[in-house]
Amino acid sequence: MKIGVLALQGDFREHRISLEKLGADVTEVRLPGHLEGLQGLIIPGGESTAIGKLLVAFDLIEPLRAFGQTRAIWGTCAGAILLAKEVGRDQPLIGLMDMEVQRNAFGRQIDSFEMDIPVPFLKPAEQPYRLTFIRGPIITRVWGRAEEVLRLPDGRMIAARQGKLFATSFHPELTDDLRFHEYFLELAKSESTG
Amino acid sequence: MEEQVSSFAVKKGLAEMLKGGVIMDVVTPDQAKIAEDAGAVAVMALERVPADIRADGGIARMSDPELVLKIMESVSIPVMAKCRIGHFVEAQILESLGVDYIDESEVLTPADEAYHINKHDFKVPFVCGCRNLGEALRRIGEGAAMMRTKGEPGTGDVVEAVRHARTVYSEIRRITSLPEEEVMTFAKSIQAPYELCLQVRELGALPVVNFAAGGIATPADAALMMQLGVDGIFVGSGIFKSGDPTKRAQAIVKATTHYNEPKILAEVSRNLGEAMVGRSATVLPDAEKMAVRGW
Repeated sequence: MKIGVLALQGDFREHRISLEKLGADVTEVRLPGHLEGLQGLIIPGGESTAIGKLLVAFDLIEPLRAFGQTRAIWGTCAGAILLAKEVGRDQPLIGLMDMEVQRNAFGRQIDSFEMDIPVPFLKPAEQPYRLTFIRGPIITRVWGRAEEVLRLPDGRMIAARQGKLFATSFHPELTDDLRFHEYFLELAKSESTG
Repeated sequence: MEEQVSSFAVKKGLAEMLKGGVIMDVVTPDQAKIAEDAGAVAVMALERVPADIRADGGIARMSDPELVLKIMESVSIPVMAKCRIGHFVEAQILESLGVDYIDESEVLTPADEAYHINKHDFKVPFVCGCRNLGEALRRIGEGAAMMRTKGEPGTGDVVEAVRHARTVYSEIRRITSLPEEEVMTFAKSIQAPYELCLQVRELGALPVVNFAAGGIATPADAALMMQLGVDGIFVGSGIFKSGDPTKRAQAIVKATTHYNEPKILAEVSRNLGEAMVGRSATVLPDAEKMAVRGW
């Protein structure tokens, strides 16, 4: 399966490595033409403002909006911010998902953390997943077609889905555990449209 | 559901997020805004950029906490700040302010002639400079979660950054080709911790992210360093000592992303105005070289 990783800035190499371990054929996407023939796209962690400026500079916003109408996109951290319709400040967004995100919601870098929690929709579900939050956002609200799929034990929403669009405020690409990437490949394969 | 704050993975994790990006030196909140708007992934909050530290002479110390806090309030991207080599109290102060990364930097006047900070003691992650693999692994051994080349800061001359990057990557290629029994003697010869040498041999890379720093002044310089294999770019004096900082900052950001596309590099390099004046790093008197600071 051909999957793209947006490679303007951020930890795209880690996503690439995880996807390749699962046998996907990975393309790094830096220009609109690179989206051709892809069945899904991952927007990595990074700085959402920097990635947003580069999306505008290289005319990627509209092609990505069109891509997300029919194909799967997963945003991790900065990627989740870019997929949201609302972030409470003025910055370029792809804005495909009916959700509001608060940036740097846990605080600064000294508040970044890892936590092991069970994730019911992964296979196998029993084994907890190590979630890594790096100056991460939280999802403050979903509406319309978006639905929450995961919360922290304290109730904060950290993952949401809207058809084939998927957003997580943490970084599965920083672990060796491939279950989230497997989940995304299933999503990319599925027939349902966004 | 154990929560682990500031594990090494979390410290290193922020540097992973900065990859492919540009970190810019700024001396005022306004410059920090310009950097963020141009697409910087982080800013380094300073009182003086390295070119001015060189020109002014005297002792260069940690910046006024007031300035660092004002810069932290002005932008949403990570803020880094520099402390002197070995000055762990400056580092404690910067950590208490909540800066996102500390640069234990040779740009400031060293506070200790023999020892660096024990960076494992801190929750905040550190970045340090290196000229070669041994120096990089000594700093990582002390707890640094990110490396950068030293280059020769404040010169606008990229030659030292090139030398340092080439040396590090060439030594990494060397170590990966060694049979295991030769690693101990290699570790001894480069004065690096043995366990980290084994790790580099296994990974074929440094165990942390490595940026280029020290003398980068143009989009072509940034792309050169990226093609040599670094993960991202620090620009110190090169932006705000140039004729049109906004335009140059945007151009260096674009060049760092599209470092392999000469047509895009040509496009972004057009009409940037004056680059910083610069000084040849090769003819600097030894006493003025910053890269030799560090042990």
